[in-house]
Amino acid sequence: MSVINAVTCPICGCLCDDIEVTVVENEVVKVKNGCAVCEAKYLGYKSKHRIRQPLIRKDGELVPTSMKEAVHRAGEILANAKYPILYGWSSTNSEAQRIGVELAEEVGGVLDNTAVVCHGPSLMGTQEAGIPTSTLGQIRHRADLIIYWGCDPWSAHPRHLERYTSFTEGRFEDSEWKSYINKVKAAAGRKKLLSAQRVAKKKPEVTVAESEAFNKPPETLQKEGRKLIVIDVRKSMTAEMADYFIQVEPNKDYELMQAMRAMVKDEDLDIDQVAGVPMEYLKEVVDTLVNCKFGVVFFGMGLTQSAGKFRNIEVAISLIRDLNLRTKFVIMPMRGHFNVSGANIVFAWQSGYSFGIDFSLGYPRYNPGETTSMDVLLRGESDAALVVASDPVATFPKKAVQHLVKHPLIVIDPHMNPTAMLGDVVFPSAFVGIEVEGTAYRMDTVPLPLKKVVEPPEGVMSDEEILKKILEEVRTIKAKNTKNRMGGA
Amino acid sequence: MLRNVSFYIFLKLTLKYDSFNFLLVRSGNMTQQKLHVTLLTGRTIEQGVGKEYGKSSSEYFEACSMVYMDAGDMKKLGLKNGANVLVTTPNGSVVLRAFKHPRGSMPGLIYIPYGLWSNAIVSYATSSIGMPSFKGTPAEVEAAPDQSVLTMKELLKKEFGR
Repeated sequence: MSVINAVTCPICGCLCDDIEVTVVENEVVKVKNGCAVCEAKYLGYKSKHRIRQPLIRKDGELVPTSMKEAVHRAGEILANAKYPILYGWSSTNSEAQRIGVELAEEVGGVLDNTAVVCHGPSLMGTQEAGIPTSTLGQIRHRADLIIYWGCDPWSAHPRHLERYTSFTEGRFEDSEWKSYINKVKAAAGRKKLLSAQRVAKKKPEVTVAESEAFNKPPETLQKEGRKLIVIDVRKSMTAEMADYFIQVEPNKDYELMQAMRAMVKDEDLDIDQVAGVPMEYLKEVVDTLVNCKFGVVFFGMGLTQSAGKFRNIEVAISLIRDLNLRTKFVIMPMRGHFNVSGANIVFAWQSGYSFGIDFSLGYPRYNPGETTSMDVLLRGESDAALVVASDPVATFPKKAVQHLVKHPLIVIDPHMNPTAMLGDVVFPSAFVGIEVEGTAYRMDTVPLPLKKVVEPPEGVMSDEEILKKILEEVRTIKAKNTKNRMGGA
Repeated sequence: MLRNVSFYIFLKLTLKYDSFNFLLVRSGNMTQQKLHVTLLTGRTIEQGVGKEYGKSSSEYFEACSMVYMDAGDMKKLGLKNGANVLVTTPNGSVVLRAFKHPRGSMPGLIYIPYGLWSNAIVSYATSSIGMPSFKGTPAEVEAAPDQSVLTMKELLKKEFGR
């Protein structure tokens, strides 16, 4: 039995690097410090849903094949394709992503990562307005106002609050954990009291107007120490923990942010409410923003996937810029996959662009809406696809997937996910961060090393090794094709 | 006198007929009533855990083939927790199990965890920037007690023929 300390968890953009893994006979048996998702990954990696050997589609069925044949078939598909898509890249290490760029250039395809359905609009918003940001360490030690806008870290980044924001003990700011526990206890006490009263008296009638009325900001919003505000369209788990929850109407974040910008600049707005939020309450919130010492806005899919998309991000960044004239404020996207930041960074330092890169003209081009994989699929232009460590069949809208599966599909993934089920050539790969080491970038773009804690199953290679083999095969086939053409001429 | 009596009987019958008719319409409405809502898709911790166990796992199926609705909206459709509903958008329709949203109220909103089931109906309009409209698009919900939720394999077969 061996206990491995300081393991980096390869799941979400938090990249928690304090996981303790116990290994017995090349098998993970215990995980300490991780969240529910982390435990599911470390204990579920050896599940029955794992792909154990390369598969190839013959007569409509996926059948086991040799690595050599699978690599040859994948090489053939990519070498002969006119406009292939190379998609995924966010759940693998940066070493594999680097080979991905080389392969995309070689086959003249579209190279795109999962940011396209995630924080692509955030990258575009950043290109429009720049981004005032910091590392999570700075936030942990200094931030006294934390705002989660359109994201639910309790569900998507379960340890974000505990490690980097409200519930962490910083050097200059204390954890709010105890006051949260007191709040929960007080709420439970109130509930008990109410139910006792209900037994004694008749249940009081609550009118619809009362139940749907917007809550007034609590006085604790002006207190010293860390404050947590959540802005979302529904009351998420994180909203439950917040000092104040603002329920914004769907698709109206842009209006709310513009109104806040005006208020930060002390401009009067002659309206009663914006996006369903009463102005008098919003004014108190803006006061809190202006009066904090170090504020931070974390934003998620609530902004990037609803109406406005990248314009929402642009205006959010503009709000932060305005706030920085009055106090200190930073903003950060809540990156989903553990190395999606890495994919953007690797693609950017290799090609100049962070996602949606088209190599079909022999040099990299970037024009979101034209060169993004989603639009290429919706227009029905691609004629093959390579999917690495991702699952577009389960994450793309139906119409895009219908085109994706019409043409040859190569999949590299450890799990038998829906994309692998519909694939034509399927490679089993080792789990990055469990069976393969490498580098990954945290959501604040800090690179961290991933550890190898167990050996992969026999015959299962890493994404990097498989991609290298495919790249070599593509080069061989292309050289042969050129030779044949020259010979024919 | 006779005229009065006949008028009374006529009135009674009309009322009876009317109320009967009204009941028919109402019962018809109860089964066919559609609710116009705004569709949101997003992450839940159960979906996150399910995907790590493997997308063919029962955990993933349970976590993704469902929809969170406002308690008041469920009452309007006469739905019990866990009842099947048909969610329809211009892009298609899918049968899901409806559950009461556990916190706060969100009338007129429905929340489906990310997954195959939500993607069978989401809008693919990318506003020319590559990002489909996963949140904040119109949808309709109706009770579907006679229809069953498709498993992943059935859904893949139905949507993509493989």
